[in-house]
Amino acid sequence: MAQVFPRYANVLTWIVIGGVVLGASTLGVAAMVFARTPYATHTQIALSQPIQFSHAHHVSGLGIDCRYCHTSVEESGYANIPPTKTCMNCHSQIWVGSKMLEPVRESYRTGKSLEWNKIHRLSDFVYFDHSIHVTKGIGCVSCHGRVDQMQAVYQNGTLLMEWCLECHRAPERHLRPRDQVFNMGFQPKDLNQADGSPHTQATLGAELRKKYDIRSLIECSTCHR
Amino acid sequence: MSSMNMKEKPVMDLESVLNKLESSEGKQYWRSLDELAQGEGFQEMIQREFPRQASEWTDPVTRRRFLTLMSASLALAGLSGCRPPGGKIVPNIKDPDGVTPGRSMFFATAMPLAGYGTGLLAESNQGRPTKIEGNIDHPSSLGATDVFAQASVLGLYDPDREAGLTYLGKPKSWDDLVANLKAELTKLPKGKGFYLLTETITSPSLVHQLENELLKDYPEITWVQHEPAASDNGITGLAKAFGTPLQHIYQVKSADVILSFDADLLGRGPAHLRYTREFSSRRDLEKLESMTRLYVAESTLTNTGVKADHRLALRAMEIERMAFLVAFHLKIEGVAKPKGLSAEAHLWAEVVADDLSTKGKGTTLVIAGDEQPESVHVIVAAINDKLGNIGKTVSYIDPVHVKPGERSKSLRGLVDDMNSGKVKALFILNANPVYTAGADLGFKAAFEKVPQRYRMGLFHDETSRLCHWHIPDSHFLESWGDVRAFDGTATVIQPLIAPLYFGHNFQELLGGLSSKPNRDASAIVKDFWKNWYESPAQTALRSTVPFEKFFRRSLHDGLIEGTRALTKVVKLQVEAVTAAIKKFESSSEWKEGSKDNLEITFRPDESVFDGRFANNGWLLEMPKSTTKITWDNAAIMSYKTALDLGVSLNTEKRPELEDGVYRSPASSYGYTGGEHGRAYVDTIKLSIQGRDLVLPVWVVPGHPDNTINVQLGYGRERAGKVGTRDVGADVYKLRTSSEPWNALGLKAVTTGKQHVLACTQSHHYMEGRHLVRSGTVAGTKENPKWVEAMGSGGEEHDEHAGHDHKPGEHKHEEHKHEEHGKTPLSLLPEVVSEKYAYKQHKWGMIINLTTCTGCTACVVACQAENNIPVVGKMEVTRGREMHWIRIDRYFEGNPLKANSLKAHYQPIPCQQCENAPCEQVCPVAATVHSYDGLNDMVYNRCVGTRYCSNNCPYKVRRFNFLQYTDYASVSMKMVNNPDVTVRSRGVMEKCTYCVQRIRAAEIEAEKRGKLKAERENRALDRSKDCQIQDGEIVTACQAACPAGAIVFGDLVDPNSKIAKLQKKVANMNYSILEELNTRPRTTYLAEVRNPNPKLETTGKGHG
Repeated sequence: MAQVFPRYANVLTWIVIGGVVLGASTLGVAAMVFARTPYATHTQIALSQPIQFSHAHHVSGLGIDCRYCHTSVEESGYANIPPTKTCMNCHSQIWVGSKMLEPVRESYRTGKSLEWNKIHRLSDFVYFDHSIHVTKGIGCVSCHGRVDQMQAVYQNGTLLMEWCLECHRAPERHLRPRDQVFNMGFQPKDLNQADGSPHTQATLGAELRKKYDIRSLIECSTCHR
Repeated sequence: MSSMNMKEKPVMDLESVLNKLESSEGKQYWRSLDELAQGEGFQEMIQREFPRQASEWTDPVTRRRFLTLMSASLALAGLSGCRPPGGKIVPNIKDPDGVTPGRSMFFATAMPLAGYGTGLLAESNQGRPTKIEGNIDHPSSLGATDVFAQASVLGLYDPDREAGLTYLGKPKSWDDLVANLKAELTKLPKGKGFYLLTETITSPSLVHQLENELLKDYPEITWVQHEPAASDNGITGLAKAFGTPLQHIYQVKSADVILSFDADLLGRGPAHLRYTREFSSRRDLEKLESMTRLYVAESTLTNTGVKADHRLALRAMEIERMAFLVAFHLKIEGVAKPKGLSAEAHLWAEVVADDLSTKGKGTTLVIAGDEQPESVHVIVAAINDKLGNIGKTVSYIDPVHVKPGERSKSLRGLVDDMNSGKVKALFILNANPVYTAGADLGFKAAFEKVPQRYRMGLFHDETSRLCHWHIPDSHFLESWGDVRAFDGTATVIQPLIAPLYFGHNFQELLGGLSSKPNRDASAIVKDFWKNWYESPAQTALRSTVPFEKFFRRSLHDGLIEGTRALTKVVKLQVEAVTAAIKKFESSSEWKEGSKDNLEITFRPDESVFDGRFANNGWLLEMPKSTTKITWDNAAIMSYKTALDLGVSLNTEKRPELEDGVYRSPASSYGYTGGEHGRAYVDTIKLSIQGRDLVLPVWVVPGHPDNTINVQLGYGRERAGKVGTRDVGADVYKLRTSSEPWNALGLKAVTTGKQHVLACTQSHHYMEGRHLVRSGTVAGTKENPKWVEAMGSGGEEHDEHAGHDHKPGEHKHEEHKHEEHGKTPLSLLPEVVSEKYAYKQHKWGMIINLTTCTGCTACVVACQAENNIPVVGKMEVTRGREMHWIRIDRYFEGNPLKANSLKAHYQPIPCQQCENAPCEQVCPVAATVHSYDGLNDMVYNRCVGTRYCSNNCPYKVRRFNFLQYTDYASVSMKMVNNPDVTVRSRGVMEKCTYCVQRIRAAEIEAEKRGKLKAERENRALDRSKDCQIQDGEIVTACQAACPAGAIVFGDLVDPNSKIAKLQKKVANMNYSILEELNTRPRTTYLAEVRNPNPKLETTGKGHG
């Protein structure tokens, strides 16, 4: 009986097997890479909002502190989105005729809430707590980026678990003095070490970690309950 | 399992039970009759982790359908990457004062049940009430809650309440209703012919509105009360004994000896939480010498009976005789020795009377069940008087509810009036008489003769269906009101949420009819209390605090100062006692019970009460404390009665009866018998006075012979989506208004058909090891180490037990290594304790079996706190119930001798093993140890292999076989606790020690410490600054427990309650299955009873 497979079938087999393995791993890697793209993690995407509220203008331009609007950030797990009343504190006095602000005035008049599009969305099984991070010396910038330079807010970090763990494993990478937490432009070099030389994040972080006795909490139930 | 095998199996019979009992020595605990007989089927069943079919999908899914679903979900999965993060953030216009998003708030309020209030703290999460806790300042709560309070949040969100205000089925407005009622009232001269039917009312402001507004404007209105699950015998009995209607208040904590005549002191009644707490305070393992002694003579096994040191099972009608017998032995003047009763009962009475009379005056307490006739209450009053208890352990106050003594009688008058056409209009508030009125009254037929019928109630139920008007009532969590507790203390009921389905309550309706209309309920309640505050009696109060402040304080505290009823000075009417004795002696002749003349007793149900909670899934699925039945009621009887009546005691399905079904087709429950949550039981036809009803039989050891207990509240025709179809049988159909609690002349005939009961009783078997360890005070004195001795296993009888590890003498010593630094049990190097030094925290739990009454409040509290879904009867029969904590119930003694029976409760949550078997087998590390030693369960990592559950020796892990959580109903989403993940299908879950509460407290402590260090300008010292105070973290089960049987805390902190307890009663502390070296964090305190040596005939005390 004649051979069913010609000689070159041996080579072909290896090529096919190698191709399948290579292809599968490429696909796997591609999937992993894809999951980390801004597209999949929704980072760097600014959504349109009912009002073109500019953090850049209000924070950098006018110097309003984060906590003027996000009042509960130091007390609660949630950093609240301000009620319409907070906008009206100022805008009942200034820019009262602005067309841009009409939805705000309308909301205040009619009692119908503004509906903001959600930018940061954690999974339902993640219990992130703003207050403890802020109290322990993690600046807003560490997660939210330079919101003070954003015309429209976008998500800065990936919000993937590895992104959380990157800091939870080594909190000194992001620690800053408590009074600098809400300072968007803070740089470690602005502060001096004991010997008078400027701090780096490494020196500052190590010092603060010791002073604040920061633990590295990577237990599951720290965030998942 | 083929039918051939089924037939060959050893059949359960009397002989085998007795043989089994006699052939074994020492203490034996068993959980069901099957287990006792150790049938083959049972053995097979307990070898399985999950019941057969547990992993089967109920709906028949064809391959084609499966592929369709799969391809659809794949397509959707692909799409999900493209959508924006999604979701809207909708902030307030103005933030309400004092509300911080993400932080829950607690408001004091009270839950009325059968008229009486229990003080509560309701947790509000951004305006949603999600969890109920007890109010520690309130006299009837003392910080604890019962199952009804825990489940009330589910009742609030019940989508079936959504009926709307209707007239003949058409929607109407509130103004239409008020106008109509006004017109109706003016049509009738002074309201003559207008009848009002309410339940028990204690609300001071409502009483004021009714008596001083409505009945003043329309004096001819007739007001009738109906409370199906409450008896007035206590009040009317005391009225005879003391010449004025009275209500009793017990000082359980001052009583050294308590004797109960069919009173469920610890399980039922408006003060049972308080009494349970007081009782447990006298069952203190640290003070064994002052332990109280409880004697119970009762007609069905109750929680009180289970906790009794001596329990005598009597038919309900024999209790009266027993009371007189005890009175005779106590030498109450004029009492002759009653005839009848068994020799055992006579001995019992003599010993009890001796114990009562030898104790000091005023240190004992004798109580009578409300269901018992007036004569029992009279003679019990005489006994208490004789023993000097009045004013010491029992005191009396004026009845708290209005029109005392009328609740059980006035419905008959109403029916007569309806039949004679006197009733022109009838307004029913909340009561559901079409369902609950006695079978003899013919309420329904008479009711339909009333020309105008109004119903205000939570549900559009049986009564509403027959009414012209249906007015949705508001739930107590969404309306203003007030209510009194058992001792008269008033609480203002605060709403936690705006009414979900309708905006008004009855008080507003009454306001609308009055001269001052358009007041909302808050104004009505506040006005009332303002008037009260300004009344001459409150001069002292006025001088100390202005009204606004006083009212706010009352709201905050959850009770109104100065409203507690004053104790009355009473004098026993000797002639009343003589009359009661005469009446007893002349009326009752002794008759032995027989199977041809059975007694039936009616009692409110543990889950659905009188039927009002029949649509509450949490309550329906709650395993009842002694029977462990869910979703059903049953005819409860003793073994002997069951055998006499020819009932099969085998709970396996008999193949020859496949077609024989009772209501729910047994075939739909599959073809395997007796497994796990599935009990195929015989059904029985109960006939009394020409009325009959078929009920499944449930045999309870310790139940008196020749009496059958049935539970009210099931078999509803219009309860709602959950409680209407196939949920029990309606025993109101057998109940008459003249004999509402027990009746003779019952005939019972087996139907030859079977019914499937979803019973969680025997599907968590623990292989005969010494899980519950029970001893006596005397035994402990003799040998304080009996608990340990019992654990080192001299008394194993089960061949399956301990085959992998033969416990030796030295074993227990080794286990204590952790605490005492001795040699470890394991041959392997001890990694656990090195890896986890636990310098910061080490959370642990101790469950005290001496005080646990099995009330099941912990189970429902856990369900509410941890978003545990309801799975339904079908799923329970497959062993898939989801409760994270279960209460195992074990029996001890001879099932044929009711009086020898002892029962034990053992709550089992996750044991949080240090050396956790579950963690070792999880392939994806979804269950891991945390730095403070918890077994974290990570839902988002779980892939559902169920290995962990297979490897868990305690069987405390629960798997979401199907999508149990209701994601569809909007209102059902609102009941969820936002701090706990809502689990989906295919995920394992278990008790986490309420880790959300631990982490929340930790975060608070860390913040506190950080800010303190900052203020003092120094580095943070965690061990000093970030201390979590003992008691700051309270688990949901612990908070609910009225007995205080669950203690949770930090084992590292030597000053914590738990660490102290562990030290003080170290000899009582043990862990279950310790021979497996799992090192559970949850440990138990042994059960210690205080029996009277004179009655200890079987006396095998562990000494």
